[in-house]
Amino acid sequence: MIEVQNVTKRYGDLTAIERVTFSVNKGEVLAFLGPNGAGKTTTMRILTCFMPATEGVARVAGFDCFEQPLEVKRRIGYLPETPPLYHELTVREYLTFVGRLKGLSAENLRSGLDRVVERLSLGEVRHRLIGNLSRGFQQRVGLAQALLHNPPVLILDEPTVGLDPKQIIEIRELIKSLAGSHTVILSTHILPEATAVCQRVVIINAGRIVAMDRPDRLSARLRRSEKISVTVKAPPAGLAERFRALPGVQSVFEPTDTGAFLLECELGRDLRDEIARFVVGNGWGLLELKTIPMTLEDVFLRLTQHEDITAGEGEEARTPSKEQARA
Amino acid sequence: MTPVQAIIAKELRSYFVSPIVYAVGAVFLLIFGVLSYVFVVNAGNQAVRLMQVQGAAAQLNLNDLVLRPTFSFMAIFLMLLLPILTMRTFAEERKLRTVELLMTSPIGINEIVVAKFLSVYLIFLGLLTLTGIAPLILSLFSSFDWNPVFTGYLALALLGAMFLATGVLASALTENQIVAAFLSFGLLILVWLLGGLGNVLGDTSIGNTIAYLSFIEHFDRLTRGLVDTKDLVYYLSSMVLMLFLAHRVVESQRWK
Repeated sequence: MIEVQNVTKRYGDLTAIERVTFSVNKGEVLAFLGPNGAGKTTTMRILTCFMPATEGVARVAGFDCFEQPLEVKRRIGYLPETPPLYHELTVREYLTFVGRLKGLSAENLRSGLDRVVERLSLGEVRHRLIGNLSRGFQQRVGLAQALLHNPPVLILDEPTVGLDPKQIIEIRELIKSLAGSHTVILSTHILPEATAVCQRVVIINAGRIVAMDRPDRLSARLRRSEKISVTVKAPPAGLAERFRALPGVQSVFEPTDTGAFLLECELGRDLRDEIARFVVGNGWGLLELKTIPMTLEDVFLRLTQHEDITAGEGEEARTPSKEQARA
Repeated sequence: MTPVQAIIAKELRSYFVSPIVYAVGAVFLLIFGVLSYVFVVNAGNQAVRLMQVQGAAAQLNLNDLVLRPTFSFMAIFLMLLLPILTMRTFAEERKLRTVELLMTSPIGINEIVVAKFLSVYLIFLGLLTLTGIAPLILSLFSSFDWNPVFTGYLALALLGAMFLATGVLASALTENQIVAAFLSFGLLILVWLLGGLGNVLGDTSIGNTIAYLSFIEHFDRLTRGLVDTKDLVYYLSSMVLMLFLAHRVVESQRWK
């Protein structure tokens, strides 16, 4: 449905995105993840034909964004970073204007209006001036504007910014319900959001795509070792050394004296069974045993920050021995 | 409703909830009213003087004494008033980022520019129609030739179109409304002064060309009741040129 090939955008000497390539299938929800200034908005603006790419080809529904912008625009609903609202209009007047701008017939406009007002719970504010609404409502009016003509492709730039937690959940549910019938690209820097609503995540940093995969596979791929957390009821002295002596265990980290250990094991080898038998067999009392998946947060930090920055915090800090061993 | 009509309707709605139209309209009508009043009183004084000299009721040409000077002065005031009307057209859309909605909607930039221009032009034509009350009242108490009045209004309508198109161009050039207003003042005053510059250069081909570019000469002929295709072409082509440039400016901003 969406194809981006080697797209580069330069603003004078500044390169905003460089040789970005990805594609989105019909009905898929894709998240753009990246720090501010990474090139998320630029990519979206190219896809919506707001600006042309310096190099490369972007296609939406088979139409080239540069050659056939009208066909592309007809098929896209776009929520920009700043919702494009006219504060002097009421919600209803504004949405009517947008519908006419998108070329909806009077009948489609009426049904579309009723649909988005209901889906985004705008009923109570439909006759109020947009300028007088709270940030959360304004954001929802912006979303309503993107959904009004029921486009097959939705491009949402930070759709949950400015919403309260309850509204964020509602909007995420809404986006999830759009999956399948609509192709959605959304950008965010909130990581759980990407995991919660998207089938695929593109991590973009300094204008380049650094990773692209399903959220779970992304963390699996970046994991350099399996991590197991073990909590023992009565650990004998020197248990950490004895864990390390087990075949397959690479390093052991004991954060406190409470009997909790973090074991790093060889990739692709599940040692939980051995560890359980080892602890229980010695009668030390096994309280907890679990594998620790790498969170998207860890992946994000690892991919978007330089090694020297991460060295002091997060994932790297907990496993210094491994890094040293590799060096 | 087509997208162009939708933009015009929305623009008119936005204009009439903002104080701009009321401020510009009030000043415009006030100036027109005061000007025609002053010229009528002058004409009256002249009539009294003529009567004292000739001893009989003098036949005065009200077209020359009242209407034509009113139109001519109005042309100058339009240079100052109309930029206020056009300054927000594109500058505000860019400032508030609503331009992203327009540019990602399935309409061309030409349609956006034309819709923006037509919406301010409709407001201007509405104000111009209201000034018709002055010649109407005058016609109740005196007689004059209506033809130069119609061509005078035609001249103001054409001049307004050119001024507004220039204002739309200036507004497309900047995000700041004040800068947009000053830019169009500057452009219009420059075009106005070209007439004087042309006269300084005398009856040479360069002098004539420069004088042709000023709107004054074309305006004068029309207010005298002379409808010349040359003058109509001047106004319409300059309006089209300004709108075309505005289109190019809006288009070029996509590439930055």
